[in-house]
Amino acid sequence: MNLTLFVWRQKGPEDPGRLKQLEARDISPDMSFLEMLDLVNEDLIKQGRDPIVFDHDCREGICGTCSQVINGVPHGPEERTTVCQLHMRNFKDGDTIYIEPWKAKAFPVIKDLIVDRNAFEHIIQSGGYISAHTGGVPDANAILIAKHDADTAMDAAECIGCGACVAACPNGSAMLFAAAKVTQFAVLPQGAVEAKKRVNSMISSMKKEGFGNCSNHYECQAVCPKGIKVSFIAKLNREFIASLKT
Amino acid sequence: MFKEFKTTVGKKLIMALTGHLLIIFVIAHVIGNSTIYFGGLNSYAQHLHDLAPLVWTFRSVMLITLLIHLLLGIQLTLENRASKPDTYAVKKSLRATTASRNMIWTGALTGGFLLYHLLHFTFQVTNPDISARANLDSLGRPDVMVMVVSSFQNIIISLVYIVSMAVVALHLVHGIQSSFQSLGLNNNKTLGIIQKAGLIVSIILFAGYALIPLSILVGMVKG
Ligand code: HEM
Ligand code: FES
Repeated sequence: MNLTLFVWRQKGPEDPGRLKQLEARDISPDMSFLEMLDLVNEDLIKQGRDPIVFDHDCREGICGTCSQVINGVPHGPEERTTVCQLHMRNFKDGDTIYIEPWKAKAFPVIKDLIVDRNAFEHIIQSGGYISAHTGGVPDANAILIAKHDADTAMDAAECIGCGACVAACPNGSAMLFAAAKVTQFAVLPQGAVEAKKRVNSMISSMKKEGFGNCSNHYECQAVCPKGIKVSFIAKLNREFIASLKT
Repeated sequence: MFKEFKTTVGKKLIMALTGHLLIIFVIAHVIGNSTIYFGGLNSYAQHLHDLAPLVWTFRSVMLITLLIHLLLGIQLTLENRASKPDTYAVKKSLRATTASRNMIWTGALTGGFLLYHLLHFTFQVTNPDISARANLDSLGRPDVMVMVVSSFQNIIISLVYIVSMAVVALHLVHGIQSSFQSLGLNNNKTLGIIQKAGLIVSIILFAGYALIPLSILVGMVKG
């Protein structure tokens, strides 16, 4: 199939950037979205033009590196799917596709479709850790954890930190990300030591990095490739209220 | 403690709590208004006046609540805009609604309506000829009934009230469900139920309020 692409081209952080029209020819429906871009880039390189710069790593939906807004939806039209796992069979011959980078104040564009997501690392550094004894390795099953809590922690830990939640949020808020990280520790005994400090550090860090407030639009849940639920945000809010009681 | 309430989550907690106080007021107010159907509006108004010290305490609390809600609402909205300076050339909303995206505007219109409503029925300066102060009923009480009925016989005034109530209802369609989430009173099972309940409560409140000018306009309730 042949497609018309409108791709965000931006030379660097200071460049205002704009959408450029490109053609994608002879695309197989079995290709992934990134393989389609690889093909377009080969053409661009052969013509002596600058290839489209985009982020990717594992290409199997687990690292959270790929990050593109496709026709107005972070990670594109298929639910619970990263860009790298999105296949061209979701499109048809003659389609026009708009490809833009994540847009948020906390995620400045580095080039074309690549944004700087260090702000997420800073949120993790502010509270996404636990205290553990040094010395001998503890017995793996020494601490009992209820099945329900283990499940909740695993669900929250599915977050791959791609930033689609921020990209989709009308407020550029990182609440779904912070909520998943807070919950993953909050429901486990190992996370109890820093529980009060963690939620406050993480939401303060979120603000400092330039993310917005949560207005409960729930756009984040709709685009999350890992199905992280907004119920974790309610959990973060409960953790915050619990931290007020001294 | 105060430091925590200046955080992003703390501010939303205050938004939700002040929002709940305002909702309780809005519910109590519509119940009080319904005395109009039983011819009890004047005695209801008189009772409120006899409780003057209590009423003034109550009014001050509501005013402070409203001011906090309004100022925080503006601050949150400005912060949110600053966090999303650029928009997409193409953007699809998957879950956000007209109600959720326009909270600041439905809120501002509500504030504007409130100002008019107070000037109209509380301070009675917009229509002095029919003010309750100027007309006493047969028992010598300020005739609130005549003021309300004459006002709503004017189609423009009625429309202003009905449209404003629709705007408030739109604020609450998102506001009610959002406030439960902000207070942490939500999980996967309750999310859909709370959203529906919020919608139903908003519609009932709209109907309750809009019915008064409507029934006067069509002549079902007369002075
Ligand atoms: C005076 C005018 C008002 C303004 C300017 C205003 C503004 C706002 C704004 C901007 C928000 C959304 C905050 C956010 O981004 O999350 C909001 C939420 C809310 N408002 Fe208002 N509002 C007003 C009046 C009212 C009234 C009269 C009520 C109740 C009858 C009300 C109930 C609520 C509720 C329940 C929420 C949800 C709180 C939450 O998200 O947790 N508001 N308001
Ligand atoms: S490249 Fe790793 S998730 Fe897409």
